[in-house]
Amino acid sequence: MEHIISVIVENKFGVLSRVAGLFSGRGFNIESLSVAPTLDPSMSMMTITTSGDDRIIEQIVKQLNKLIDVIKVVDLNESEFVARETVLIKVHTKPEDRAEALRISDIFRANVIDSTPTTYTIEVTGDVKKIEAILNLLQPLGIKEFVRTGRVAIAREPVRPAAAQPKRVAKD
Amino acid sequence: MKITGSEIFVESLKREGVKTIFALPGGVVLKIFDILHQQKDLQVILTRHEQGAGLMAVGYAKATGKAGVALVTSGPGMTNVITALADAYMDSVPLVCFSGQVSTNLIGNDAFQEADNIGLSRPCTKYNFLVKDVNDLAVTIKEAFYVATTGRPGPVLVDIPKDVSMNKAEFTYPGSVSIRGYNPTYDGNKWQVKQAAEAIAKAKKPILYVGGGAVFSGASEELIELAELCQIPVDMTLMGLGAFPGEHPLSMGMLGMHGTYWANMAMHYSDLVIAVGARFDDRVTGKVAEFCPHAKVIHIDIDPTSIRKNVNVDIPIVGDCKRVLRELNQILRATVNGEQKELRKPWLVQIDEWRRAHPLTYEQDQSGPIKPQHIIKRLFELTKDRDPIVATDVGQHQMWAAQYFRLAQPRRWLTSGGLGTMGFGLPAAMGAQAAFPGKLVLCVTGDGSFQMNTQELATAVVSKLPVKVIIVNNRFHGMVRQWQDLFYDGRYASSYLDTVPDFVKLADAYGAVGLRATKVSEVDDVIREALAVNKLVLVDVPVHPYENCYPMIPAGGCNHEMLLSDPPELKKKQAAGVKVAGEDKDTILTA
Repeated sequence: MEHIISVIVENKFGVLSRVAGLFSGRGFNIESLSVAPTLDPSMSMMTITTSGDDRIIEQIVKQLNKLIDVIKVVDLNESEFVARETVLIKVHTKPEDRAEALRISDIFRANVIDSTPTTYTIEVTGDVKKIEAILNLLQPLGIKEFVRTGRVAIAREPVRPAAAQPKRVAKD
Repeated sequence: MKITGSEIFVESLKREGVKTIFALPGGVVLKIFDILHQQKDLQVILTRHEQGAGLMAVGYAKATGKAGVALVTSGPGMTNVITALADAYMDSVPLVCFSGQVSTNLIGNDAFQEADNIGLSRPCTKYNFLVKDVNDLAVTIKEAFYVATTGRPGPVLVDIPKDVSMNKAEFTYPGSVSIRGYNPTYDGNKWQVKQAAEAIAKAKKPILYVGGGAVFSGASEELIELAELCQIPVDMTLMGLGAFPGEHPLSMGMLGMHGTYWANMAMHYSDLVIAVGARFDDRVTGKVAEFCPHAKVIHIDIDPTSIRKNVNVDIPIVGDCKRVLRELNQILRATVNGEQKELRKPWLVQIDEWRRAHPLTYEQDQSGPIKPQHIIKRLFELTKDRDPIVATDVGQHQMWAAQYFRLAQPRRWLTSGGLGTMGFGLPAAMGAQAAFPGKLVLCVTGDGSFQMNTQELATAVVSKLPVKVIIVNNRFHGMVRQWQDLFYDGRYASSYLDTVPDFVKLADAYGAVGLRATKVSEVDDVIREALAVNKLVLVDVPVHPYENCYPMIPAGGCNHEMLLSDPPELKKKQAAGVKVAGEDKDTILTA
């Protein structure tokens, strides 16, 4: 099962290699990884998308916690969370396709952030399904290049008393 | 007043109470060595290879419980010490290794003798530091010792560039350390401990499964109390030997792949496993799916990642073994009464039956070649009154030593368990001897293992470390040969050591004392003679080359399905005529 894990780490050199080395050395999966400093510049936040059965996820969380540069680990799947990903797509557009490309990007509330006579570069943010959907629609026009950030996610504040919540909810 | 990084290094080590460092110089650490040369508080033992330095520090740490310290140069110095770091990492040994690095302005330029020390050591250290500024050096050293010796101990590397060792800074040594991402848990969860106490009181067939963690946390007293109070037999892992007195009636000796029959049977048929500082290694569990099928598992360990890594655990307790056991004993003292003896009686009777059914045995023909078990058993019997420290190498002799050395005390057993580092024995024994100059330190080794760090003989002689080395010489990589006999139709691919040096002459060449026993009748005398010499002694004991180590649980086998002796077809082959190694090389290699 897929899990998104938030990891707060010391913002110093070598930390990324410790985390990446942990995953490769123990044969864990990384599907995506995004890193950026937090509001406190001495710390960074990593969002790691990984997968495995309960025992593997438990090991991943424990092993991450064991790293000395890791300050806090949260398995977001333990509660409700929202996750988003941003994708930049460079679409090849023949003159007769340009209007169609714009329509598609409108439907998905995407932005065209660059344009040349033969291409549009479209920025779209959303959950995995939305991104797959827009990619499917744009594919027939011809995707020249695309790049995605990997997912970032954040826990939702509980709206009901914690006990009343189902244990694992909403993977998007 | 400002002092150089090298002086800060020496002063910091003194503040940490370091007495001995194992070291080998090189270009970028010359300044440090120069300062070391001009002081008398730290003893520097110059080794002949950096792996030797690292493993001596491991032996020192295992015997004393304090951090061992090694100092090596950049590049090849660093790559050579990696085996020792990996060894210490697998066996949770507190070690602080200092490596030299090229000057900060050259880092990344492929400078002479440059290596990415941090990158190289990352997967085999608990933590590592690159010191980029001399002002950070003292704090870093403080943190390094703190990380190495607290929580689950482990090796820490501090990489010191040449300019950092030469630049000057004010020296103040920090009194305490706080690392926000590192807060080991020492006290067990009270509710969990209570659960454990209830499970123990109820169990009919409990077994204590004790590992190296019990040795590191100094939990022997608490273990003995728990075992006696509740009449629980004690299985020890290879790393745990000595944590519980080996000759205590409740001691079952070692369990696992070459553990005793009764230790493994008891584990398999128990209804409650109480793991204390052990990590359910594959050499202990055998086939995980069929491991202890009837048992509930209590797991006490300071490292949360050890829990539920290999087997399911019913009552996990994260904490220091000593503190958790103390808490547990407190509850049990109040609740448990004399009924425990009655309740456990059938279980202990059953174990005694197993013990009598298949004791450790070997057949020693008085006029035939010496059996390896015989020399090891006699060595134990003739030295046990002197409470020796025993280092071993890796292989058959290691397993026999584990079976026959029933040690009374913890920190007397130095062996490479997790990594299985051949070449470990001699340097580890020397490290222990450096820590305890007056103590009897033995090294039980094989001809294969010994040749992996022979060069340290020179160190031992120069530094006056009178280790007694016993080479169980079968002219084979014996454990490899045993597996080839059992699982590869006796094809001895690269396990026969065609040329083994004359170890007596070798000892002589290094200025040590060489002795040899070739007949059974000479064994005791040679051991006594070796013990009488206050110098490094190398005792060469040519043994039966085809003796195999039993009991044995074949890899992936189940714990109650042990091989207890050579299978009949192997016996038949041997009866047809024992091939003496070296006599007919072709026959051996193609047999």
